[in-house]
Amino acid sequence: MTKNCHNDYKMKFSEEEEFPDLSLHNNHMAKVLTKDMYKKLRSKSTPSGFTLDDCTQTGVDNPGHPFIMTVGCVAGDEECYDVFKDMFDPIISDRHGGYKPTDKHKTDLNFENLKGGDDLDPAYVLSSRVRTGRSIKGYTLPPHNSRGERRMVEKLSIEALATLDGEFKGKYYPLNAMTDAEQDQLIADHFLFDKPVSPLLLSAGMARDWPDARGIWHNDAKSFLVWVNEEDHLRVISMEKGGNMKEVFRRFCVGLQKIEEVFKKHNHGFMWNEHLGYVLTCPSNLGTGLRGGVHVKLPKLSTHAKFEEILTRLRLQKRGTGGVDTASVGGTFDISNADRLGSSEVEQVQMVVDGVKLMVEMEKKLEKGEAIDGMIPAQK
Amino acid sequence: MPFGNTHNKLKMSYSAEQEYPDLSQHNNHMAKVLTPEMYGNLRDKETPSGFTVDDVIQTGIDNPGHPFIMTVGCVAGDEETYEVFKELLDPIIEDRHGGYKPSDKHKTDLNPDNLVGGDDLDPNFVLSSRVRTGRSVRGFCLPPHCSRGERRAIENMAIESLASLDGDLNGQYYALKNMTDDEQQQLIDDHFLFDKPVSPLLLASGMGRDWPDGRGIWHNDGKTFLVWVNEEDHLRVISMQKGGNMKEVFHRFCTGLTKIESLFKDKGHEFMWNEHLGYVLTCPSNLGTGLRAGVHVKLPNMSKHEKFSEVLKRLRLQKRGTGGVDTAAVGGVFDISNADRLGFSEVELVQMVVDGVKTLVEMEKRLESGQSFNDLMPDQK
Repeated sequence: MTKNCHNDYKMKFSEEEEFPDLSLHNNHMAKVLTKDMYKKLRSKSTPSGFTLDDCTQTGVDNPGHPFIMTVGCVAGDEECYDVFKDMFDPIISDRHGGYKPTDKHKTDLNFENLKGGDDLDPAYVLSSRVRTGRSIKGYTLPPHNSRGERRMVEKLSIEALATLDGEFKGKYYPLNAMTDAEQDQLIADHFLFDKPVSPLLLSAGMARDWPDARGIWHNDAKSFLVWVNEEDHLRVISMEKGGNMKEVFRRFCVGLQKIEEVFKKHNHGFMWNEHLGYVLTCPSNLGTGLRGGVHVKLPKLSTHAKFEEILTRLRLQKRGTGGVDTASVGGTFDISNADRLGSSEVEQVQMVVDGVKLMVEMEKKLEKGEAIDGMIPAQK
Repeated sequence: MPFGNTHNKLKMSYSAEQEYPDLSQHNNHMAKVLTPEMYGNLRDKETPSGFTVDDVIQTGIDNPGHPFIMTVGCVAGDEETYEVFKELLDPIIEDRHGGYKPSDKHKTDLNPDNLVGGDDLDPNFVLSSRVRTGRSVRGFCLPPHCSRGERRAIENMAIESLASLDGDLNGQYYALKNMTDDEQQQLIDDHFLFDKPVSPLLLASGMGRDWPDGRGIWHNDGKTFLVWVNEEDHLRVISMQKGGNMKEVFHRFCTGLTKIESLFKDKGHEFMWNEHLGYVLTCPSNLGTGLRAGVHVKLPNMSKHEKFSEVLKRLRLQKRGTGGVDTAAVGGVFDISNADRLGFSEVELVQMVVDGVKTLVEMEKRLESGQSFNDLMPDQK
């Protein structure tokens, strides 16, 4: 088949007639996509058949988000970032602090390079977590993959995870075969992911065939967790109560690398290149794909006039405790690194560790009625 | 479009077995009919516009079943879907439309003078009357698959045609994306405004894409004749009014619809129709007449009677809640309409509603006065 667009009739219409109405939109795609760009790219498709309209549908259907500036486009396979460079490069630059098409990204998963991080005050830092995503080379991504592909990703994941032992010994729970008891337990542990309800994900086609070939694996200790076929092929998560981010990151790095070794042995490496780092579904997760964060009580600091400014300078972002798309509850925030691309895993977790330490000290000052003006950091 | 892994070229490197959907929890027409062998036969085909079997069935995979009704579980992306995927759609059509065979012919009758009675349903019980249908414009893909350019072209055609209606059909078009707050509120108050689909049945088939681009509502000044543009079908045409004068509602329906069709023809565009399937629409359940004629009727006693479902079945009617499909009844008021679409003409279907509702109201009155209605029990139509 030599078709280059899924709906073959659309090429009878001009780019003017097909160009989406983005007049009410506020996302990265809408800011970048011009009619000329659309004209140039609309007839192209990746080898697996993904087109520009596929990339942008989610951004067309979801004009904007109240809390965050959304990306508004997704990749359907590794080649998207190349075939649709004209659009992705400026979005990547916008989203990742001016990252240029010629820039190189560094990967550093050596946990020993992290300084400190084992002493965040547990009276404030309720939990610590590091997550990332990984895509398996040779398969298309969740917006585009077929059932056969998705099932193969699941099969490979199950095999790889079954070889883990010691602190990483664990069990896989496929979503479509879960017992009620297992489901209740996974919910109680805050491990279970649901069928996506976010329109951002649904519009991109990531919920197709739910719950086929989706599942959750976790170690016996419930501190290392892998999601299979949710928003990315794999999401790898290390977490625990309290503030020992150092330990969380150690386990993260060790586990991730063990998993990668097994996949490589079976000739399925992860999608990675020296410009974009790890290649994931959402352009916002390129690079490290890493979000290292804590749930931290900052009732006073969060109502301070300079809270946002402080976060910006520390290169951190806040979310509600339900994750992205949620609001905070009771002054407890999810604080994590804002960056993904252009800095390494160690650097990003370092920013979280140092930044959270500082914010907790500020919180304590404010508790005592003291000013924090002298503590405001310089822009990192 | 990202609503079927259809145009995913890598999938052909997997076997039919590896790609065949898990339908073990499913209860819809598609799931009952689609065997692995059938899937194997159809999976490498596509219509001229590029719609594949995975596109057709995605909604049925993503929505295993519905609490109130047996859903169809598949959609058409264009007129040719019904031909290229006959092997799947013919048995579904047969199941859904009372044994309708691939060789059967469907009759169209939009002559309102052929309706007998219907102007005297008791307004103490029958609160409102409504007739709707859908129409697809030949040469364009259907809502699950159409591009923005196609959708906008349909909208433009609709606007032009509707603008030339006059007399009691003189009206105005309200594009969803340009609506003022006042216009929007008025349309909501009139129960005219359709929202972005929230039903997962529609969303999973891609009908919500690009909302609200190319969508709109037209209605006449009298607010009794209404056209939806680019919702679940290219056009939905609705005639409605308070009370029980179904005859008048149907008369306006036929007149308006026929006028619109000739206006489209004048511009070189016809509606999708053939002598086997009648009017071709997005959902296989709407083939034939695409017609749903119904009333909102108070049946608080009747609806609690153990024979209610049986009566409806014999009359070839179906009940819905007063919010339409997917809703429950409120305060004993039901939406009662024809169950059939294909294999009967428009006049025949509206006749069944008129006669059937008359019977139901009489039964309700019997129950109100503590009498039985056994002598009124109809035979299976």
